[in-house]
Amino acid sequence: MFAGLAIASAISMVYHKNPLYSAISLVGVFISLSCIYVTLAAPFIAAVQILIYAGAIMVLVVFVIMLLNLDDDKPLNRLRYLYALGGGLGVILLAQTLFIFYAVMKAPNTPADQTMTAGKTLSLRRAMYTEYLLPVEIVGVLLLMAIIGAVILARRLSQPQLELVVEHELELEHKADH
Amino acid sequence: MESVLKTAFPFVVITVAVLIAFQMVLMIVAYTVLAERKILGWIQGRIGPNRVGPWGVLQPFADLLKFIFKEDLVPDKSTKFVYFLAPMVALTCALMPMVVYPFGPMITSVDWSFLPFGLGEGIHVLPLTIARIDVGVLFVLGITSVGVYGIALAGWSSNSKYSLMGGLRSSAQMISYELAMGASVIGVVMLSGTLDLNGIIQAQITSPFRWFIIPQFIGFFVFLISAFAETNRVPFDLPEAETELVAGFHTEYSALKFALFFMAEYVNMFTVSVMCTVLFLGGWYVPGLEPLARLVGLGEYVHSGTIAYALISHMAFIGKICAFLFFYIWVRGTLPRFRFDQLMNFGWKFLLPVALGNVILTIIVVFFLNR
Repeated sequence: MFAGLAIASAISMVYHKNPLYSAISLVGVFISLSCIYVTLAAPFIAAVQILIYAGAIMVLVVFVIMLLNLDDDKPLNRLRYLYALGGGLGVILLAQTLFIFYAVMKAPNTPADQTMTAGKTLSLRRAMYTEYLLPVEIVGVLLLMAIIGAVILARRLSQPQLELVVEHELELEHKADH
Repeated sequence: MESVLKTAFPFVVITVAVLIAFQMVLMIVAYTVLAERKILGWIQGRIGPNRVGPWGVLQPFADLLKFIFKEDLVPDKSTKFVYFLAPMVALTCALMPMVVYPFGPMITSVDWSFLPFGLGEGIHVLPLTIARIDVGVLFVLGITSVGVYGIALAGWSSNSKYSLMGGLRSSAQMISYELAMGASVIGVVMLSGTLDLNGIIQAQITSPFRWFIIPQFIGFFVFLISAFAETNRVPFDLPEAETELVAGFHTEYSALKFALFFMAEYVNMFTVSVMCTVLFLGGWYVPGLEPLARLVGLGEYVHSGTIAYALISHMAFIGKICAFLFFYIWVRGTLPRFRFDQLMNFGWKFLLPVALGNVILTIIVVFFLNR
């Protein structure tokens, strides 16, 4: 049921011309995905999915769309060649999905181990900070790099401009002191 | 027949539990509105509503009737679907965290075998929580963060400059203060070692401090301040600043749709009060209740697991929440409004660093205590 909801939301996301409707549909996709995680006994991932994707990232996207107030009919002709690219990638994705289906079908059908609690918070923590410590650290450093990069890109100023900004701020502080 | 009853029984129980909790929360919310008007009246040297029923007790119902019978205006150039969706999203997201609230301790002393058809078989405990999920804290934070959509979409779809400004301000404010709020909770989670709300209360019972407000007072203050911002209350009620924005994001809403927003705001107040109580004030736990009962000679009836103990604890839980709700109203009667840039500076440059500092401090202390 949730998978159907997710697919329906995804289709409506792609087909809506209005970017805000697409964004709302994407939120629908995320929420249905997190419902699927809950049914798969992974509540932590479900909660994080809602908290980060639906709660933080999509709010920013909606925010930007609301501020920009994009027109409905953008010139799409310039991006024709992207259709071919997208089609190619779609075919690859489809092939991959079919391959996964095939692999799952071929795998021996063992009953699920009831003692395994892969999705529980505690076991997740144990796995993250013992067995997979190095990947976790690497991801952390990568994210930090991304944050610093974003700050630098957002404040890319030439040297004289930078000096002006600094002077301005100093002046403000000077004023605040009085 | 019996097997059908047996399979249906848990669903019936859960439905009844949800209905009871729903009623309780909504009644508390309705009377919070009345209390707010009364207390604000007293603070400002007025009497407050006193016409409907004795002492104005029936005022919430009169308000509701009025909301229902008012004309429902829809702006001509609004985006209809989103305009209808927004209040529903706001209220749904406000009410959903209700399922994980720990309303009281487990009742273990009752023998359920008196139920007909052997329905009581295998039931030993009656938890006063609808659903125990082991990521309760994250669940509540996540759902409340989805509630931002209600406000943002309401502001956008009304097609009015005041609404849009109000919605933008509100969502910016809520995203900013969510960070500080999340960071202030981390300290408590580290001390208790779990994300489960019931588990956090248990951790407080076994901890030497009894209530986490003592070791985590920095986190408590950060949480309290960001809770005010999260619920758009004074002094952070910029989305609804009348002097500049008419009524903010719900300028164009009338009748029952406005009532939904109004209710969502007060339910959100209730939610953050519950979170504050559970995380920092021990939830339903009353320190020294069992020794006191033994001293008075009622130790037989009042100990962990009995109905009396659960009732007293539940009352304590509601009392703590009401204290927080009163604090909200008190602050509203006392403080003026921030300016928007002050609000943003305060959130990002003061509250977030303080919360992160608290996290680091807690890490160090916990590390050395556990060695």
